[in-house]
Amino acid sequence: MSLYYVQKLLYQLNRDPELRRRFAADAEPVLAAHELTTEECDAIRQADIGLLYVLGVNGQLLMHYAALRGFEWAAYLEAMREGMRRHGPVRAGVYAMVQE
Amino acid sequence: MPLVFAGACSHAPGITGRAERADPATRDAFYAAFGRLRQALEATRPDALIVVAAEHFANFFMNNMPAFAIGMAEHYEGPIEDEAWLGIRRRRIPGSRDLSQRLIAQVMHSVDVAYAEEWLFDHGIMVPLHFLTPRFDLPVIPANINCQGPPLTPLHRAYDFGRALRRACDHVPERVALIGTGGLSHWPATPNSGKINEAWDRDFLARWAANRRDDLLSYTDEGTYREAGQGGFEIRTFIAVAGAAEDATGEILFYRPIPVFAVGCTTAVMSLAGS
Repeated sequence: MSLYYVQKLLYQLNRDPELRRRFAADAEPVLAAHELTTEECDAIRQADIGLLYVLGVNGQLLMHYAALRGFEWAAYLEAMREGMRRHGPVRAGVYAMVQE
Repeated sequence: MPLVFAGACSHAPGITGRAERADPATRDAFYAAFGRLRQALEATRPDALIVVAAEHFANFFMNNMPAFAIGMAEHYEGPIEDEAWLGIRRRRIPGSRDLSQRLIAQVMHSVDVAYAEEWLFDHGIMVPLHFLTPRFDLPVIPANINCQGPPLTPLHRAYDFGRALRRACDHVPERVALIGTGGLSHWPATPNSGKINEAWDRDFLARWAANRRDDLLSYTDEGTYREAGQGGFEIRTFIAVAGAAEDATGEILFYRPIPVFAVGCTTAVMSLAGS
């Protein structure tokens, strides 16, 4: 579990067109350059926005990554809700600072 | 010159980016309130505007996150977001490297502030400027308080950052204005986007307008998160303004929840002596 590196990669993809181009051409070397678990790699590769939210990615990064991967605003919100239905509450990060 | 203006406002991207989805009457009343804030600002004939913002990973990331930062560039650019998404065209915004440098040197007497010679404005600064300096012709000095996630600077330090900015502005010959921008309760970019705790917001704004320091600083981050969401951490920007206007009280020009903007939309101003 390496939430920091998940967020770092999304942050870089959000703002670096060259990295986005390399990621689109072949995601594997880009993913391999970061300390990520298999689950995290799958979530990023497949744009599993719901799982990324549950893993703890900050929405200020996630909403831009979702837009990048073609999610319209309402679909982005619904993907996070679906993620919680499938995977349970957020596991780490700022949204897990208070247990409901 | 003594600080000439201290105000506060919302900055949510929906305010401009999702304008057409809001109830027109409510939206236009809020825009008109921004107009009154702009007129109040212009009446003080500022030479520069400090914007105390709470940015969203536009410049500062978790590899090296400053609690406080101030820009020190001759010009800035923004918005960093997609222009169509935000509804604001990308442009260059004037700064003042010289004034920034003098202000930062003063602030450093009491706050270890990071300086930044590059700064891309995100919606947190661009939305306020869109309404307050619509010609983008007033030199802007961006300042930032990390409100994204813990460890967060304690509220009393945000208040003291405001005090330090005030002392710095009082020290320079320019007429400097200051605006803090942030949400009150909101859950931005989460499944609860659109949720607003109006009672919590109104209570906070009453404390802000009264500018009673102890009342403003009595929040805990855990309590704020429960009642006001992650976005509630941005009260630090309002608290900094209160610190900058320590001896003044304020007036809430406008407050109304607009869920499609994902925030209780606010404009407010402090009554500074002599401004």
